[in-house]
Amino acid sequence: MLKIDNLHASVEDKSILQGINLEVKPGEIHAIMGPNGSGKSTLASVIAGKEEYEVTKGSIEFDGENIDELAAEERAHKGVFLSFQYPVEIPGVTVTNFMKTAINETRKAKGLEDMPAKDMLKLIREKSELLEIDRKFLSRSLNEGFSGGEKKRNEIFQMAMLEPKLAILDETDSGLDIDALRIVANGVNKLKSKDNAVVVITHYQRLLDYIVPDFVHVLYNGKIVKSGTKELAHELEEKGYDWIKEEVNA
Amino acid sequence: MDLKEKLLSSFLVFENQVDIDHYVHDVRNDAIKIFEEKGFPSKKEEAWKYTSLNNILKEDYSVFPERENALEYKDIKKYFIHDIDSYKIVFIDGKYSSHLSQTTHDGMDVCLMSAALNKPKYRILVENYFNKAATKDSLSSLNTAFSSEGAYIHIPKNKLVEKPIQIIHFSTGSESATMLQPRNLIVVDENSHVQIIERHQSLNDNPVLTNSVTEIFTNKRAIVDYYKIQNDQSNASLIDNTFIKQKQESVASVHTFAFGGKLTRNNLSFFQEGERIDSILKGITIIGEKQHVDHNTLVHHIEPNCESHQDYKGIFADRATGVFNGKVIVEKEAQKTNAFQANNNILVSDKATINTKPQLEIFADDVKCSHGCTIGQLDESAMFYLRSRGIPEKEAKALLMYAFSNNVLSSVKIPEMKQRINKIIANKLGVDIGFDL
Repeated sequence: MLKIDNLHASVEDKSILQGINLEVKPGEIHAIMGPNGSGKSTLASVIAGKEEYEVTKGSIEFDGENIDELAAEERAHKGVFLSFQYPVEIPGVTVTNFMKTAINETRKAKGLEDMPAKDMLKLIREKSELLEIDRKFLSRSLNEGFSGGEKKRNEIFQMAMLEPKLAILDETDSGLDIDALRIVANGVNKLKSKDNAVVVITHYQRLLDYIVPDFVHVLYNGKIVKSGTKELAHELEEKGYDWIKEEVNA
Repeated sequence: MDLKEKLLSSFLVFENQVDIDHYVHDVRNDAIKIFEEKGFPSKKEEAWKYTSLNNILKEDYSVFPERENALEYKDIKKYFIHDIDSYKIVFIDGKYSSHLSQTTHDGMDVCLMSAALNKPKYRILVENYFNKAATKDSLSSLNTAFSSEGAYIHIPKNKLVEKPIQIIHFSTGSESATMLQPRNLIVVDENSHVQIIERHQSLNDNPVLTNSVTEIFTNKRAIVDYYKIQNDQSNASLIDNTFIKQKQESVASVHTFAFGGKLTRNNLSFFQEGERIDSILKGITIIGEKQHVDHNTLVHHIEPNCESHQDYKGIFADRATGVFNGKVIVEKEAQKTNAFQANNNILVSDKATINTKPQLEIFADDVKCSHGCTIGQLDESAMFYLRSRGIPEKEAKALLMYAFSNNVLSSVKIPEMKQRINKIIANKLGVDIGFDL
């Protein structure tokens, strides 16, 4: 589904990703871990198509098609979803209005008619129940005045609404208390199927107790320096990242 | 002959046609003297520093359109908020169109300025109110000198006017260039409420210059909601002079939606003559190409315990230029005044300009006054966020601009009016998305 080959990317001439190789197949869950500043969020943004980042070398393939040159919205239409580490506050646009626009623009790109209002309401109700989101919350301005937990829950709600093929969760666990973490993880697990895939980006192992990865990768200095199974995450939790740094630098 | 000379010489002809015994005759004579002395304002004057009339004054305007022009409702229906029941006062090239209007004398007067000026039964009211709010600046004086037609609205006390009143001035462009000077007088007595929508609309590309004066009197506890839709053709210019005198506990709001025209200057002045008055001034400006919109506001706090709220949003594309000049005066006696002013702007292109200038003159020592102005671009991280959810660039921009101006729109009390403005905004931003979901 996702095939990243020797990916180099930079922002304002500063090279951040320095040769990433990663393949994600349908039905898989991958975790990407690593110390601060290793390039985790950059990788997420580059896959989602943030324009400030320039791909200088290598390629990103999605469903067999090179998506390097596609705009963020075109990647979204193909089924790429990024759950933001810091969701942006947009005063004046309600959660509901935003979701309707996003869904109908995606449908338009696929040559479909707007979703009938009745179906939209049903979908919203269904998915907000899945994430235990209060109805009142949906008529509030997007992320404005939301707590950290509400923002992250809202991200997963959007994911549930858009049903992407590939979901990248960028530090979705940061700022979540244990209840919110359970709700979010439960939502992700329920949405998981053999046809879609999840990439979990996290600094800590905690989330991976709830969203259990098939593969764990360690990112350091813009490269994946180690890959393994979920046991690797436990090892990192116990020993920290220093031994990885030493291994790489040796 | 330049426009000033032309106006001065036509004044003699004009004034000979009207009743010289009337109170208004003297008012008009005084007014033309002021205009003769001051002439059209130039950029040398502080209040006109960023708006030049030079270009639009060059046209050879016909000052009194001769021809009577008729319009069919079906052709101009779209300029009305037509999905609501309303009173209508409609003018075509400055002349009243009874065919398109729906006026009333049933318990109130929703009719014509010409009737008010000429019929004896209105004489006392005209003497009490006419030209009593307008300032003696040159453009308002020019309008006063030629004042003969416009809307006249008098709502007696304790009346809740259930239907909004639409005042529409059409110019057909049957002359190569037309100057119009409508004069509106609106008096709302104690404890009454009225909603008014005003629009100036030209129907072809011939130049039009409208120099309009509207005087509004909100007496004790009266409520007036006034909406101005300015979405005119690219050769139409508008100088809108609106003066509002408020008595105690009255609430007056003016929403100005400036989306079109060549040059638009809004001189909007509130005078608070009583305690516990609320004045609300809101505006959304969305312009592009080489359009120019200038909001020049004044709130004069004279008595204690009053409020004013100003909130103007502007979005400027291409080479458009905007001006916001907001003056607030708080007199020494006006203690416990709450005066707020905000002017936020987004420049969508490198060549667009906005000049924003708050002017606060505060002579009282126990007041809350705030002002803030911002000029920025669209937030890149918000753009990426929206686009990553599948919303294309143009639609994402439109959504952010709409969201930016939403808190002004949300205070519009007529739902059909709000929908119409939403539609105009979507159209203006070139997108087909329903905003008010």
